[in-house]
Amino acid sequence: MKNTSPLPRKRGRRHPLAGVALMILGLFVTGGAYAATTAGIASAETQTVDAASLVDEGGKLFLANCASCHGTNGEGTDAGPSLIGVGALSVEFQVGTGRMPMAASGPQAERKPPQFTQPQIDALAAWVASLAPGPGMPDPKYYAADGDAANGAELFRINCAMCHNVAGAGGALTEGKWAPGLADVDPIHVYAAMVTGPQNMPVFNDMNLTPEEKNDIITYLAYLDEAPSVGGFTLGSLGPVAEGLFVWIIGLGVMVAIAIWLTAKSN
Amino acid sequence: MAKKSGGDSHDYSYEPEVGAAVVPSDQASNPGLPPERPRITDMDEKFEKQAERRIALFFGLSIVGSIIAAVSYNAFPITPGDVLSTRLNNLFTGLGITIGLLGIGFGAVHWAKSLMHGHELVEERHPVRGTDETREVAAGMFTQANKESGFTRRSLVRNTMIGALLATPIPAVALFRDLAPKENPNDVLKHTMWEAGTRLTRDPSGVPIKASEVTIGSAFHVIPEGLAEMHEHKLEEKAKAAVLLMRLPVEDLNEVEERKSWSYEGIVAYSKICTHVGCPVALYEQHTHHLLCPCHQSEFDVSNHCEVIFGPAARPLPQLPITIDAEGYLVAQSDFTEPVGPSFWEREL
Amino acid sequence: MSTVTAKTETPVGPGMRFTGAAASYIDERTSISTAVKTLGRKIFPDHWSFMLGEVALYSFVVILLSGTFLTFFFDPSMTEVEYEGSYLPLKGIEMSVAYHTALDLSFDIRGGLLMRQVHHWAALMFVASIGLHMLRVFFTGAFRKPRELNWVIGFALFVLAMAEGFTGYSLPDDLLSGNGLRIIDGMVKAFPVIGVWISYLLFGGEFPGTEVIPRLYVLHIMLLPAILIATLGIHMVLLVVNKHTQFAGPGRTNDNVVGSPVLPVFAAKAGGFFFIVFGVIMLIASLFTINPIWNYGPYDPSPVSAGTQPDWYIGFADGALRLVPPGWEFVLGGYTFAMNVLTPTIVLIVFIALVALYPFFEAWVTGDKREHHIAERPRNAPTRTAIGAAGVSFYAVLWAAASSDLIATHFRLSIEGVITSLQVLFFLAPVAAFMITKRTCLALQRKDREIALHGYESGRIVRLPGGEYIEVHEQLDDYERWRLLDFQEYKPVTVRPNKQGKITTGIRLRSAVSRWFFEDRVAPVDQRELESQKH
Repeated sequence: MKNTSPLPRKRGRRHPLAGVALMILGLFVTGGAYAATTAGIASAETQTVDAASLVDEGGKLFLANCASCHGTNGEGTDAGPSLIGVGALSVEFQVGTGRMPMAASGPQAERKPPQFTQPQIDALAAWVASLAPGPGMPDPKYYAADGDAANGAELFRINCAMCHNVAGAGGALTEGKWAPGLADVDPIHVYAAMVTGPQNMPVFNDMNLTPEEKNDIITYLAYLDEAPSVGGFTLGSLGPVAEGLFVWIIGLGVMVAIAIWLTAKSN
Repeated sequence: MAKKSGGDSHDYSYEPEVGAAVVPSDQASNPGLPPERPRITDMDEKFEKQAERRIALFFGLSIVGSIIAAVSYNAFPITPGDVLSTRLNNLFTGLGITIGLLGIGFGAVHWAKSLMHGHELVEERHPVRGTDETREVAAGMFTQANKESGFTRRSLVRNTMIGALLATPIPAVALFRDLAPKENPNDVLKHTMWEAGTRLTRDPSGVPIKASEVTIGSAFHVIPEGLAEMHEHKLEEKAKAAVLLMRLPVEDLNEVEERKSWSYEGIVAYSKICTHVGCPVALYEQHTHHLLCPCHQSEFDVSNHCEVIFGPAARPLPQLPITIDAEGYLVAQSDFTEPVGPSFWEREL
Repeated sequence: MSTVTAKTETPVGPGMRFTGAAASYIDERTSISTAVKTLGRKIFPDHWSFMLGEVALYSFVVILLSGTFLTFFFDPSMTEVEYEGSYLPLKGIEMSVAYHTALDLSFDIRGGLLMRQVHHWAALMFVASIGLHMLRVFFTGAFRKPRELNWVIGFALFVLAMAEGFTGYSLPDDLLSGNGLRIIDGMVKAFPVIGVWISYLLFGGEFPGTEVIPRLYVLHIMLLPAILIATLGIHMVLLVVNKHTQFAGPGRTNDNVVGSPVLPVFAAKAGGFFFIVFGVIMLIASLFTINPIWNYGPYDPSPVSAGTQPDWYIGFADGALRLVPPGWEFVLGGYTFAMNVLTPTIVLIVFIALVALYPFFEAWVTGDKREHHIAERPRNAPTRTAIGAAGVSFYAVLWAAASSDLIATHFRLSIEGVITSLQVLFFLAPVAAFMITKRTCLALQRKDREIALHGYESGRIVRLPGGEYIEVHEQLDDYERWRLLDFQEYKPVTVRPNKQGKITTGIRLRSAVSRWFFEDRVAPVDQRELESQKH
């Protein structure tokens, strides 16, 4: 009803903005609680240098976060494959790029912000590595991005571009899967992906692409990330489709707009 | 009654058919041109001067832009290897030219719109068809020329002339035969560089591949030994000989009896040239064993001799029979047993 | 109004004296004053949609200018060389001279990349504006007599422009366009009897060979432009001879043209528009990358990029190839019939032929042999507009199919799902588009009728003394109303015996088609209805 009295508006529980205030408070509380608990998990730092306790630490993390899909001993279940023999490098890739833990089941795990700190990832990796021998962390000189970009580009075009696109913009695979874009990916993760062949990516062992060749490819990807685009805005590096859409929508749109102005009567 | 398109001053007996058109007897009449609405620049000299200044400003900006372009071309030299220098040179030269052009364009249009007179003028149309008189004269000219030359009358002369004119282009058709080499292309398409004992080597280095190097889930891009060193005919041979080498768990391979010997311990080799229209089929999914061609999305199942499971391809990818030699290197047992790549008319002959 | 400028006694300055002398000199040798007299005050109607052809024409000029620059630096030879330019990721790589010179233009020649990008963006704009112009001409019925031939010529220009574009983007011999040539080679090989021979002749032997790029170069810079310019000349001559169409309006009839004269207004606007079109293309080319050949690398039959598509105007053909289901091939008498390639080719040729010949089809249906110079509003030709919508949606389905993999990645779908949906839409979309468009046109015509008779809703609500609420309708003035009244109505043709007294299949067919065209129609408001409304 209309408030026609000259009295000031009521305050207290029935303040008109009380509901809004309560909702904001509730959001802060639930959000803060979530952040605190996850930060709590994340900030459970393990400053251990001892290898055995690293493995133990990893085991505990694994049980809490991974075992429901991958089995308590990494042996696999219906929901997730066996991790026996995948090696520390697979863990570095999957957990380091945030793909694991997987948010929801689907044709493919997607890259997202990592859920764990680097020490935690190292712990998980150590535990998985302890299950059986598998690909380990490489010598950092092989992902230093100081190799031959030209050789890397050529190898990239032959081995990688058919899925990831020549400029690393990503591409489609069958049945809803996709090859992700490679912009701003950590060199170690590029290396790890080549060696471990995550999900449906083929395996590029060191006899197929030597560590030096892998470094060359990483060098080329770093070049793509760092070098300015010589032609201007890249429109997503998607090629003729983006260019065609641009010309029809923006190009012709501008021309038509100008034509309308041109033929309109002056005021 | 058909409405003639044409003014009354022309002499026409031609009345075009109206067909299915409805010519109403009671059509509303055209009110004629609406009264001209003066522009603000016509009415007030202040606005006219303002428009003049604006137009001059546009043209002035254009001059500035053109100069900026010429200056930028020199002011932003290209340092070899520094992509940014190339970018800046092109960017500023381009922006300068842009201003130079748009200045003239907008200036001219604004001048026409706001200051020029002569909008809404009327011009009469004449029927596109020539007047009956003109047509008669034209027809008369042809008749006269016919009489004077005897074109319709002298059928032998006329027909042989037409024959000669038709025959003239024939040498042109013949002249183009040497656009291509003499050999029969059908024979060439049926063979590749692969033969018994040719080693499988890595693309592009040409380093041979040992079976032990091909682990499960691997995809090697393969060219025949000798291709990497070629200088003549390299890409032509590669366009038929490119191969994809993969290793599957043996239990995942469903091989037919005749081809069980074509693989080696789960290692299989297939032509990389799509049987649709020839793009390289190279997207290998190591768990689903699908092979996808990125051009038109044909899908092949490596578990089942690369049969087509989706997309426009009509035939499976040809399989290269492989084995190992004495040193453990992978070698071909023979050439492909069918032509690789897209279908063609005499493929099966 | 007067179309002849009267002689005036204005004082003549030195500039004018020179111009006068120069003009006289030229006229004494070329009879140019006759041309000026005929064309100088020619009237051109003013509507924005009439400028789409100009966008195409000016884009073409931009292409010619930028292309000339490029020819001074580009070398189409396919001889293999090692890269010696400044782009780091290609240093030392083996490539053709064509690719090398294209890279030189892009990285090491000042303004080179700008000109390359201007050239390619202008080419995309050229074909796009031709397409939009063609749609405008179609939907306004401007292809009717006397312009049927100009429609066919314009259509030929569209095809020539596509051919120019295709030969052009194949010249740098990069991976993307090289795979495009590979696809063309595969398609050509599929042709019965002569396919392999044509492929051999085109490539000078086996694919890729060393001849195709120089041959495409000759086509691209000499043969096709020459044919295009000649065809364009005929197109413009016919435009001048037939004069431009105009929309219905007060003072505009089928027997006049209302607008601005060439000198000075139209020349200023059209000339200014040329600079604007050029400037906009230049702006886009300065800011946006197009065809980054350095990313693709030199053509090699082994690598391929995800997201391999041709330039947009070839998209409909690429999409048609993608929509064919698996296994469409049979062998008869030992000969292979690659129907997976032949079927899309035949479908596209039929589609193109139908579009090219549409004016003659419509002329046969209506039997209307009069000249038509009024551009129709699309709603006033419901069946034609609906056919156009069906054609556009057919083209759009094929066009979308060409980017099926990009649609899949961007919208998180499977490529199989996207392609299967498009296969269904291939048949469904044109039918649905036809039905929806026709009904919409008829509804819009009825709305126009309502407004012509009863005025438009003014937004003012008035309460009558009895309590009733009405919205006040404002009548249009005579000038605005005329636009709604002036259109041509057609009736279905009845079956009548011909001169021989026979009713042929042709006559029956024509009657049936004309019934489909014109049975559902809305008649224009006539004088009697108008008067009965004026109470």
